[in-house]
Amino acid sequence: MFRWFAQTLAVTGLSIRSLPQRAGPSLVAVVGITGVVVTFVAVLSIAEGFNAAMANAGSADTAIVMRGGSNAELNSALELDSTRIIEDAPGVRRGDSGPMASAELFVIVNVPKKSTGTDANVPLRGIQAAAFDVRQEVQLVEGRRFAAGTNEIIVGRSASNQFAGLELGQTQRWGENAWTVVGIFEADGTISESEIWCDAAVLQPAYRRGSTFQSVMARLDSPETFQAFKDALTTDPRLDVQVERETDYYSSQSSMVRGIITGIGTVIAVLMGIGAVFGAVNTMYNAVATRTREIATLRALGFGGSSVVVSVLVESAFLAALGGVIGGALAYAAFHGYQTATMNFQTFSQVAFAFTVTPMLLVQGAMYALAMGLVGGLFPAVRAARLPIVTALREL
Amino acid sequence: MSDAPESLVQVRNLHKVFRRGSERIDVLQGVNLDLAQGEYLSLMGPSGSGKTTLLNLIGGLDTPSDGSVTVSGDRIDKMSGGKLSRWRSRHIGFVFQLYNLLPVLTAERNVDLPLLLSPLSRAQRKKHVATALAMVGLSDRAKHYPRQLSGGQEQRVGIARAIVTDPTLLLCDEPTGDLDRRSGDEILELLQALNKEHGKAIIMVTHDARAAERASRTLYLDKGMLVNEGVDA
Repeated sequence: MFRWFAQTLAVTGLSIRSLPQRAGPSLVAVVGITGVVVTFVAVLSIAEGFNAAMANAGSADTAIVMRGGSNAELNSALELDSTRIIEDAPGVRRGDSGPMASAELFVIVNVPKKSTGTDANVPLRGIQAAAFDVRQEVQLVEGRRFAAGTNEIIVGRSASNQFAGLELGQTQRWGENAWTVVGIFEADGTISESEIWCDAAVLQPAYRRGSTFQSVMARLDSPETFQAFKDALTTDPRLDVQVERETDYYSSQSSMVRGIITGIGTVIAVLMGIGAVFGAVNTMYNAVATRTREIATLRALGFGGSSVVVSVLVESAFLAALGGVIGGALAYAAFHGYQTATMNFQTFSQVAFAFTVTPMLLVQGAMYALAMGLVGGLFPAVRAARLPIVTALREL
Repeated sequence: MSDAPESLVQVRNLHKVFRRGSERIDVLQGVNLDLAQGEYLSLMGPSGSGKTTLLNLIGGLDTPSDGSVTVSGDRIDKMSGGKLSRWRSRHIGFVFQLYNLLPVLTAERNVDLPLLLSPLSRAQRKKHVATALAMVGLSDRAKHYPRQLSGGQEQRVGIARAIVTDPTLLLCDEPTGDLDRRSGDEILELLQALNKEHGKAIIMVTHDARAAERASRTLYLDKGMLVNEGVDA
């Protein structure tokens, strides 16, 4: 077995060392696989970025309460009385200024995208003062908070970057009101950064919502008290509500888009991968053809067919891995952190997020490249091992 | 034709048939041949007479359609795949017309190749390689690549590669066919020395009568049959 490894290593070394003689075709295979890996990683980094913005949003000790049967805040409606009962429910953390619960409104406003100038649906959220205690990841990075009872708004960093007229000091007109940006906030890159916030008490009359809200965001004493909180509300005969952890809610809100992007990305990558495999097959057939006499000589000297198979496969995998590494690096350099926004079909609003090239994606890209290389090298490898020695020795 | 136990090679009723579409080509038709230990045999004959095919069958590079080939007591016509490869690496040294050196390896690395199949240590291999290169007079060209050597020198490296494992039998297919007369003569002298001074058994295929004269015996093939036997040198 040791000798088999030694001879396989020797034959493989010869394959790799003779690569410069086949630089052109080898480069074609590397470039093909690089292209596939760039596409694969880039498309899936969209899903990762969207996932990071949505699924990672919120915390386990925060709950969202909506009307029973609502699958999103847009479909929900809660009367003022109901929101009071929710705020006073057991398990809600209390601070110096009372329960850490914010009854909120969620409406959609049209704001032009900076990139295209076309209108996009952007969420405008009316909040109560406790919202900042509930969402502790929110940090004001420019300006100040809006003043209660005024038409002032604060804007998430991603929304400010993606949409026009949402920079500090700018004014937007939605409906019959003009709204002035007085602050920019960040929220660890999560979905809150895609939103515009204002005083709920101002938003209600502006959108003729009377005294109704759409959700209550409540911070709990701990993640473990969620069940007690939920049970208390869902068994209360005065209420018809559904209660979810904030993390679960955002995760479910992103499932459709995440699934679509991942699905499309996978289909594109597989189709391109098939093309790249043919490229690799062609390259490796060429490599075997170029080395016909060399391989036959080795076989004549006593080197086994399996060593030849392994050497061709390793060469193919080496070229593919090279393509995988270059592709991963290019994808990271070109796309990681790239800011964009897309429609979340479940909320009919834009979610701003950044392409996220994770280490796992890079590993997946490299593994995919290796798989393409091995599949592409398989048939040429078998052909190399089956070359009739006598005929091949006479090849020029 | 004897079955004397001292015969190194015994070829009996050897047939080789190739098919090209529906056409049947009988390349070898019942060849019988014996080679004694330490004998130097040349095979002559016109193109297509089956010389190289016979050499390939004796070297285990090809399998016969019928008949038997026994080398050093091993029935190689019964072997296949990995077993035949291992047998070749232990018993046969090939010298090719076009040298068949690997261009990416230096002379010494080319000579070292067959030893990778042996259980020798790196130090032992290095010693063997140095000895083989010294025997062919190329110790000072060990670090040269094939492209840096003349044709004659390349063939010497090819011979060093063939003898480095101390094989049972050297099989040379037109070893001077691609060389000028002077280089060819040097190669033939080298082969003769390997035979006379080291007792190496050799079978050489050649078109060149002058080359064949160096052998102790010459056999003529025509249309796949041995037609007559030449005189001892």
